[in-house]
Amino acid sequence: MSDSDLTASQLGLCTCHGCGGLSELLPGVHEMRCRRCGAALHLRKPNSIARTWAFLIASYIMYVPANVLPIMKTGSLFGSQSDTIMSGVAYLWHSGSWHLALVVFIASVVVPLAKMLCLSFLAISVQLGWTERALERTKLYRVLEFVGPWSMLDVFVVTILVALVQLKSLATIQPGPAAAAFGAVVVLTMFAAMAFDPRLLWEPKEAHHV
Amino acid sequence: MYEGSRGSVLEDVPSAVAVSKRRRSPQLVWLIPIIAALIGGWLAVKTILEKGPTITITFKTAEGLEAGKTKIKYKNIDIGDVRSIGFTEDLQRVVVTVEVHKGVERHLVEDTRFWIAKPRIAGGQVSGIGTLFSGSYIEMDPGKSSVPRREFEGLEVAPFVTGDVAGRQFILQGKDLGSHEAGTPILFRRLAVGKVASQELKQDGSGVTLKIFVESPYDRFVTANTRFWDVSGIDISADASGLKVNTEGLFSILLGGIAFEAPADSAALPEADADTVFPIFPDREAALKQPDRETLMFTMYFDESLRGLTVGSPVEVNSVTLGEVKGIKVEFDDQRKQFLFPVDVALYPGRMRAMMRQAAAEPTPAEQKARLDALITSGLRAQLKTGSLLTGQMYISMNFFPKASPAKIDWTKNPPVFPTEPGTLVELQATLMNISKKIESMPLQQIGENLRVALQSLNRTLMGMEQAVKRMDKDVAPAAKAALEDARRLLGTADKTLASDAPLQQDLRNSLRDLSKAAQSLRQLTELLERQPESLIQGKKETKR
Repeated sequence: MSDSDLTASQLGLCTCHGCGGLSELLPGVHEMRCRRCGAALHLRKPNSIARTWAFLIASYIMYVPANVLPIMKTGSLFGSQSDTIMSGVAYLWHSGSWHLALVVFIASVVVPLAKMLCLSFLAISVQLGWTERALERTKLYRVLEFVGPWSMLDVFVVTILVALVQLKSLATIQPGPAAAAFGAVVVLTMFAAMAFDPRLLWEPKEAHHV
Repeated sequence: MYEGSRGSVLEDVPSAVAVSKRRRSPQLVWLIPIIAALIGGWLAVKTILEKGPTITITFKTAEGLEAGKTKIKYKNIDIGDVRSIGFTEDLQRVVVTVEVHKGVERHLVEDTRFWIAKPRIAGGQVSGIGTLFSGSYIEMDPGKSSVPRREFEGLEVAPFVTGDVAGRQFILQGKDLGSHEAGTPILFRRLAVGKVASQELKQDGSGVTLKIFVESPYDRFVTANTRFWDVSGIDISADASGLKVNTEGLFSILLGGIAFEAPADSAALPEADADTVFPIFPDREAALKQPDRETLMFTMYFDESLRGLTVGSPVEVNSVTLGEVKGIKVEFDDQRKQFLFPVDVALYPGRMRAMMRQAAAEPTPAEQKARLDALITSGLRAQLKTGSLLTGQMYISMNFFPKASPAKIDWTKNPPVFPTEPGTLVELQATLMNISKKIESMPLQQIGENLRVALQSLNRTLMGMEQAVKRMDKDVAPAAKAALEDARRLLGTADKTLASDAPLQQDLRNSLRDLSKAAQSLRQLTELLERQPESLIQGKKETKR
């Protein structure tokens, strides 16, 4: 590890997450508070990997109903039907709007899955104590954080449609159980990304603190 | 490294405060995946539990059906979805795989029926208009059986009678279908009270069986002896009693129909059970005819042509029907070398008895024979008669012919042979023959001869008359002419004498004028005498001044 990689922990210092004040760590003591604001002090997010995994597993579980169950129930004069995300994609594909199908497929199926897989990869890499390509992995994490809210696209579309299309017997749209599951997936992956501490990407396994 | 850096760079960094209290368990975060798993598991279990059985229905065509979209409905409520559509192995039919909802499972039994709902106009009713907008769907009629079933054969057309309508089913048997088909209305006093549910050929092909459904509460009018008859369209029949047009209203002209009614004298019979078998009669008359349980069969031999006599032609006594013709056959008489035409006739002694007003006691067959023999002895014979000159229909009339040659019923034959009498036509022929024979035997030549002589003398007389007329013409006419001329001259003179300027007239006018003057004088004289009657003696006085 070169000098330019000097970290606060190596200096026995820690910034407070609450007020940003720098504190000197007491050697041998595990639980410390900030002298200024009283917030608990940690060098790294506590239990980062475990929390990340908890959220990730939860989102993996919710991903299944989000794709299997119908996301939208459309009722109209001509009968009612319920669509899953994939049936909607298939419908768009068959009806010729393949570009729209592609957009929906990427935004609703590929992105959440990719996000979860990438986060899993990062968590595993930390657990294995990899230090190679830390920069690339950090960039990947940044992309994940940025993309996070955009996966809500589907949920937004459904909520807007549900609010707008309520024409009694003519046409009604109701959210299906998958909408909630899908929302949960997006939120949980965001939590997982937040729980993950990218600083861990730079440290070998033995250096994990607190 | 840690110790050294601290002293040199950051001198005045405050040190952290140690906390002694225990931190919360970090394992709490694992509740989230557990909750997610619970929710996911619950959703999965729910989906699996809600998932009904999958059934297959075969149809001839999958017209209007779409995998994943088409619904199964019962009373217009979704009870399932079409999952996939495929072919049978021989490509003859389409197989529709349907996933039905959970609760419907127990209605998928042996006699549950499925059909594709389509817009339809039949039986005077329009149905399934909704499918024009919403697309086809598969409709279900739950069965009543308790045998579960998962593979069904779809109906090609919607059944007219579904299980949710109260009423009873009956079975009608007829010779042919007539103009009935599923959906044909069942009429009771011209009120549509049911429908023909299905029709099928009998196993042996000897007739058709119709399943009809009479809706509640009208089904109670179907009693054990209810008669059903065909009211298909217009029934025009020509028989021995003339031309008849029968119809049961415009509705049935268009659609046909089956009417039923119980004979009037059988009101108090119990209701018929479901699936009771009834015969179907061709018309109301036939249906409501008194049932003739008792029949006496006879054979009758007629010498004349049987044209116009058909099976079903009536046997009448004084225009009251007592029986009918059951069959007409041909026999060859070996001994006499000629064809015989036996007519099989059924007589209904019940009717005869009613006519004899002896309904009380049921006579034994022997008594019946004796009575018939007695009737024959007193001259009862069968005779062919023309019922209608227009249609040429014949009927058999039973009449008393006291002068008929004695005959007997031949009870030894089976059926017994009933004596006949030549028909009116044959009689007429015989009479005509007689007349022609008499005409033939007349001395026509002699009569002609006499007639000729008479005519000759008549001719002569006429010629004499002509001569007399001519003579008169010659002798009398000139004299008459002269007389007429004299008369004309005379009239001319008279004319002249009477003309206005004739001297005679002139003289007459003058003398009349004189006469008038004389009369005037006479009046003056009278007036004078009235005023001065003495003037008659003293003379006229001078007028006073």
